[in-house]
Amino acid sequence: MIFKKFNIENKKARDLIPQAITVLALLSVIIYFATNAQINMGNRGISFGFGFLNQEASFDITFSMIEYDGSHSYGRAFLVGLLNTILVSVIGIFFATIMGVIVGISRLSDNYLIAKVAEWYVEIFRNIPLILQIFFWYFAALRALPLPENGISFYDISFLTIKGWYVPKFIWTNFNIFLLSVIAAFIAIYFITSYATKQREQFGKQIPTTIISLATLILIPLITFLFLGVSLTFEYPVLKQLSPTVFTYAGGVSIIPELIALALALSMYTATFIAENVRAGILGVGKGQKEAAASIGLNKNQILKLVVMPQALRIIIPPTTNQYLNLTKNSSLAAAIAYPDIVLVFAGTALMQTGRAIEIISITMLTYLTLSISISIFMNWYNKKMAIKEK
Amino acid sequence: MNLITKPSKDNIKIFVPMGLFLVSLSFLDVFVNAFFNFDLMAFLPSQLSYFLPLILGFIGFYLIRIEFSGVRPLDILNKNINSNNFNALLTLFTIFIIIKSIPPMLDWFILEANFVGNSKDDCTGDGACWVFIKVWFNRFMYGLYPDAEQWRINTAFLILFAVVGVSFFVSEKLKKYFILFLVFVFPFLGIKLISGGSFGLEYVESAAWGGLSLTFIISAFAILFCFPIGVILALGRRSSLPAIKYISIGFIELWRGVPLITVLFMSAVMFPMFLPDGTFIDKLIRVLIAITLFEAAYMAEVVRGGLQALPKGQYEAAKSLGMGYWRMNALIILPQALKLVIPGIANTLLALVKDTPLIFVVGLMELAGMIGLAKTNPKWLGMAMEGYVFAGLVFWVICYAMSRYSQNLEKKLSTER
Repeated sequence: MIFKKFNIENKKARDLIPQAITVLALLSVIIYFATNAQINMGNRGISFGFGFLNQEASFDITFSMIEYDGSHSYGRAFLVGLLNTILVSVIGIFFATIMGVIVGISRLSDNYLIAKVAEWYVEIFRNIPLILQIFFWYFAALRALPLPENGISFYDISFLTIKGWYVPKFIWTNFNIFLLSVIAAFIAIYFITSYATKQREQFGKQIPTTIISLATLILIPLITFLFLGVSLTFEYPVLKQLSPTVFTYAGGVSIIPELIALALALSMYTATFIAENVRAGILGVGKGQKEAAASIGLNKNQILKLVVMPQALRIIIPPTTNQYLNLTKNSSLAAAIAYPDIVLVFAGTALMQTGRAIEIISITMLTYLTLSISISIFMNWYNKKMAIKEK
Repeated sequence: MNLITKPSKDNIKIFVPMGLFLVSLSFLDVFVNAFFNFDLMAFLPSQLSYFLPLILGFIGFYLIRIEFSGVRPLDILNKNINSNNFNALLTLFTIFIIIKSIPPMLDWFILEANFVGNSKDDCTGDGACWVFIKVWFNRFMYGLYPDAEQWRINTAFLILFAVVGVSFFVSEKLKKYFILFLVFVFPFLGIKLISGGSFGLEYVESAAWGGLSLTFIISAFAILFCFPIGVILALGRRSSLPAIKYISIGFIELWRGVPLITVLFMSAVMFPMFLPDGTFIDKLIRVLIAITLFEAAYMAEVVRGGLQALPKGQYEAAKSLGMGYWRMNALIILPQALKLVIPGIANTLLALVKDTPLIFVVGLMELAGMIGLAKTNPKWLGMAMEGYVFAGLVFWVICYAMSRYSQNLEKKLSTER
């Protein structure tokens, strides 16, 4: 009775009660877990802390983009894993986007066959678990490749074998100058496009920005090659005999099969989702828009470039961002085929060696959270830029 | 001049037979080449003979491309696969690739494959060794569950299918009880039957469970629990009470920001540290909790989408009828919101089923895990292709059926506004 009266008359108090209960419950769970963890760690004689990151890791990693061996620290091993995760995510995102756009557009093709093939591609690859696809590529498809001595050769500069894909290595001289010139080219392109936009909006002049930009992008770095001492040579992989039966390739860069399998599976799987986004985006642009564009005399390409795509992109980008995030998170399946990503290197090997479950799992999760949040912040920024500007 | 070179209605009698002849010739060449390994055009230089089908087909398609010919099949053909040069090329490429890929696939799957036998030695053909699947089939379905007790899993699933099947035919009134039974009674009955330990049934520890049946068990339980938790989280995120709102947001974003594999790692190595010394929670239960919480966060976002899509008037109308928060949500808001997001819910559940193979992280082996085990058996090395193709097919059928069912459900439940 009292409770009821109290409830009706005092809305503020009524709101407070469930909140207080929730917070208290959450706090008690956290405190319970924390005390247990403290006791357990005390029993095992380990104390909470991140000092272990500076200790010598003393395990090797099969594939690393930075210099690493067993004498480096756990912190360095973490970095190697992180870079490998980022590498496979970037490769996956790149190919998934290209394939997704092609398949998505193909699904809307007038050509019945192409549309059907694209539809079945989506239906097949979307409905098979990603981990099975990774296993399939790694354990079944790539294992069927030939041994190094009969590797599939691409014009004798690149070889595909069971041990990986050997590609030429780029050897630069004065790479910094080249890099600066590329940056300079991009800055120049930025100014050219903004100048062109101004000209178009003020005087209605059309400047062929695409061709000029391309020319700048090629010409400026080319100058550095001709006059500023930049040069590029390739180191080709060469077959080398280790013993009468064992062959390998020396020189060049070896792309390990784990990376190939993972990148293949990730991009083929994610492409199906991106394709659906692209299709939905293009379908989402009203028919009236295309008709209106045609009636003011734009040709087919102009309609696609100036009217349909800018509007479709607005629909496509947000869900596609989610797919990029998913791909990055899915790259953690690398652990299943021993691609040395952050999960395998850090949450696997390093955890087994140090036994510091809480610290290591927290760092790993925080890393993924940071990656996720940074991709979504970037994409939100891009999304805002693309959003309809009311004038 | 134009009359001769450009296909039009006037010269249809010459051009169409000629074009069709060229197109069929090109298909015939590829077909004979692919199926009988015989090159019809071998008398030509090799490079020309390689590209000849493409050139012939292209010319053929050009010749039959007559707009408004008045011949219906021809018009349909032109409209769908031959509307311009580019499309004609794409069509040719697609058909050639399909024709070329049929013989090797057919060989591997059926013609050269081995179906009879009991060991790897019986696989003499070049194709797939389906003997591997046959011999290991029991393990792929039931994991390491003892053979003599497998009837229990069968019974549990038979009851499930029977109840679901019957519930389709009974009246609406009875259907309710069937659903209540399925949701609240059957899961616990089924799990008791499978795990045993009482009623004279032998106890089978969860480490022995596996194969496809484990996929189903985990999916079913995770779906059962993640749905209500997801709805509550979604309501929490939309709540006007700040503490509840921010706790929900934090919870949802935490799970959504990390990969499932790290969550499973956490449940395997970090979670035991948080429990009092000596307490032990079964591996399967820990995995179930991890998957449920993880998918619940995704479910919450889907449901939130539905909640946001509802017009404000619905809330106001419910309130003006004097409904409280829970009654409003249960009777007015959620039924409409959930209906709006059926595709999203279906996608989340699909993702859940597709995520179950990840439990290999904690050492549980469902279908994909059992195949991993079988292919490393010394007597069966080199069977990865067969195993993963089989598992892929099984998962594909399950997931495709689910997505089809959700599309039907969406159509059935959609009410015109």
